[in-house]
Amino acid sequence: MDEGLRSELQKQGVFTVTLQELHNWSRSNSVWPLGFGLACCAIEMMAASMARYDLARFGAEVFRPSPRQADLMIVAGTVTKKMAPQVVRLYNQMPEPKYVIAMGACAISGGPFKQGYNVLKGIDRYIPVDVHIPGCPPRPEALIHAFMTLQRKIDAQKVFGPDRAHHFDASKPSEFPIPLYGEHDLVPTKNPNVWEPAVVVR
Amino acid sequence: MPGAKLTLVKNDSPSAQHSLLVDIESAYAVARFLRDDPQLRLDYCSNVTGVDFLDAELSEKVKVKKVVDGVEKEVEEVRKTKRAGYLEVVYHLYSMSLKHGPVILRQRTPGRADPVKVMSLTPLWRSAEFQEREVFDLYGVLFDGHPDLRRILMWDGFKDYPMRKDYQEPDDYEYEPTPHDDVCDKAKAHYPAQEAKA
Repeated sequence: MDEGLRSELQKQGVFTVTLQELHNWSRSNSVWPLGFGLACCAIEMMAASMARYDLARFGAEVFRPSPRQADLMIVAGTVTKKMAPQVVRLYNQMPEPKYVIAMGACAISGGPFKQGYNVLKGIDRYIPVDVHIPGCPPRPEALIHAFMTLQRKIDAQKVFGPDRAHHFDASKPSEFPIPLYGEHDLVPTKNPNVWEPAVVVR
Repeated sequence: MPGAKLTLVKNDSPSAQHSLLVDIESAYAVARFLRDDPQLRLDYCSNVTGVDFLDAELSEKVKVKKVVDGVEKEVEEVRKTKRAGYLEVVYHLYSMSLKHGPVILRQRTPGRADPVKVMSLTPLWRSAEFQEREVFDLYGVLFDGHPDLRRILMWDGFKDYPMRKDYQEPDDYEYEPTPHDDVCDKAKAHYPAQEAKA
């Protein structure tokens, strides 16, 4: 639609919008997170949702106790190998469209426990992560920044066409295989459809 | 305490926390004495932990008299002895009623190969229950008389004992952006695959 005509119509009190804009605008301003935390990052997540940082400004204050009602999973804290299957299961139980924020050094890479025997080296090995926040733990401002990054990402999603968002494409998976407890490690150790080790140029 | 073999293990560091090494057969009886004796009354077990000692070669300097060029001299010699590895379980005991402690009690297994068994002191101190399970989980020490000996931190199907010094961790060093030291060595094994991809 012609921008001049649109602004002329707005002056007359007629607002025009595309279906995609309306859809993305409503989605991005009501991202309801799943209320679960794994470690100290969860404390910062709670602080972000309280009055001082007030996540309600972004329409994301409604922490849901059930994955069936949640749009966003904030992986806040250390994902141990013992906990990883449950995190993937919770993700699988969330309805589409769903998004993931990996919060903190542990959730994105294993963090200070990277060389340990019991901590997963990043939740992105099993589920697709939309926004990674570094920090140990990240401050509430960083989480708010992650929210705004996610909102921009949602605003840019297409509803129609070949490059439409994955929740409009029936051929794209919405559930991911849950790793099993093996004798020495989780089996498999990563989901190659979701994560491949990046090529580091040395 | 008839038949109990007790050894005082000295600690020469400034903390001077000497400990009492007790043989496995009489550990339970000794521990019960420490708890019930009216002068000791060590009624609180604050900490249980495991220690892994690998097979080691000990070397000590010994002065030996030797005849060198027809003259008797005192020569220093390094004598090497092999010591088989073992596992230890260490208990820290305090007395709440008499306000003294800690008394450090050790049990030492004969070797590191399975099964390594010591006496459980959980029937005497309930606080030892989860910590003995943790020692079982991470070091593979079996506790005779423990009411519920299961893994506590790792999952049930897990086969390794991760706190043992010869533990082989799974090789998941395929992505190390800033490797250093031993991580660098482990990551280097994955470099050919990365170069093939690049």
